[in-house]
Amino acid sequence: MAASASQRIILDARGSFCPGPLMELIRGIRQAKAGEELEVWSSDQGSRKDIPFWIQKAGHQLLGVVEEQGYARFIVKKLK
Amino acid sequence: MADRLSLVVFSGTVDKLYPVAIMASGAVALGQDVEIFATFYGLEAFRKGSPQKNMKMDVNYPEIGPMMMKVMMAKKMPSWYDMLVKVKEMGNVKIHACATTYDLMDMKKEDLDPIVDDVIGVTEFLSRAGEGGITLFL
Repeated sequence: MAASASQRIILDARGSFCPGPLMELIRGIRQAKAGEELEVWSSDQGSRKDIPFWIQKAGHQLLGVVEEQGYARFIVKKLK
Repeated sequence: MADRLSLVVFSGTVDKLYPVAIMASGAVALGQDVEIFATFYGLEAFRKGSPQKNMKMDVNYPEIGPMMMKVMMAKKMPSWYDMLVKVKEMGNVKIHACATTYDLMDMKKEDLDPIVDDVIGVTEFLSRAGEGGITLFL
């Protein structure tokens, strides 16, 4: 886990398969404090549905999904 | 009512052990408890040393099984066992050995992989599964 310039926690789960990226995110969220922002990077197609669904269900906030070459960055704010 | 996923793991082939690990992960992601009841070939899959060397695939798919295994290895998919170890660290996942298979095969506690929590009978498993949630047979 590394922080970017904006202190966002980056979880690079590229190359890992469903539900790997989601599990990385859950692990990251558990370790983060409320109000902190995290980014999980995933090249797995299933994440595009799985991750937003989980964020909503768990009561956090999806700030955005950024498409990159061969992967997507899911930006999440831990709310509680 | 308990929010719980109960899995009867009867099969010991890798292709069926993957869904065990993946569904257990999904359940933990949703905050559910997971109860795994390993019986028959499913218990053999948890014999000490087996997770590291078991490469068995369903024999009904000789044209797909070995190819899928190669693809998974090439793409560095973690093994079903490593996934289960990880998900056990993250949530409340219990792995029970079926007492009948255990006795029939004259197993001892040390014959089983340490990921197995205990040995229970079908009645106890069904009673736990019956407390609520989803029960699946694999």
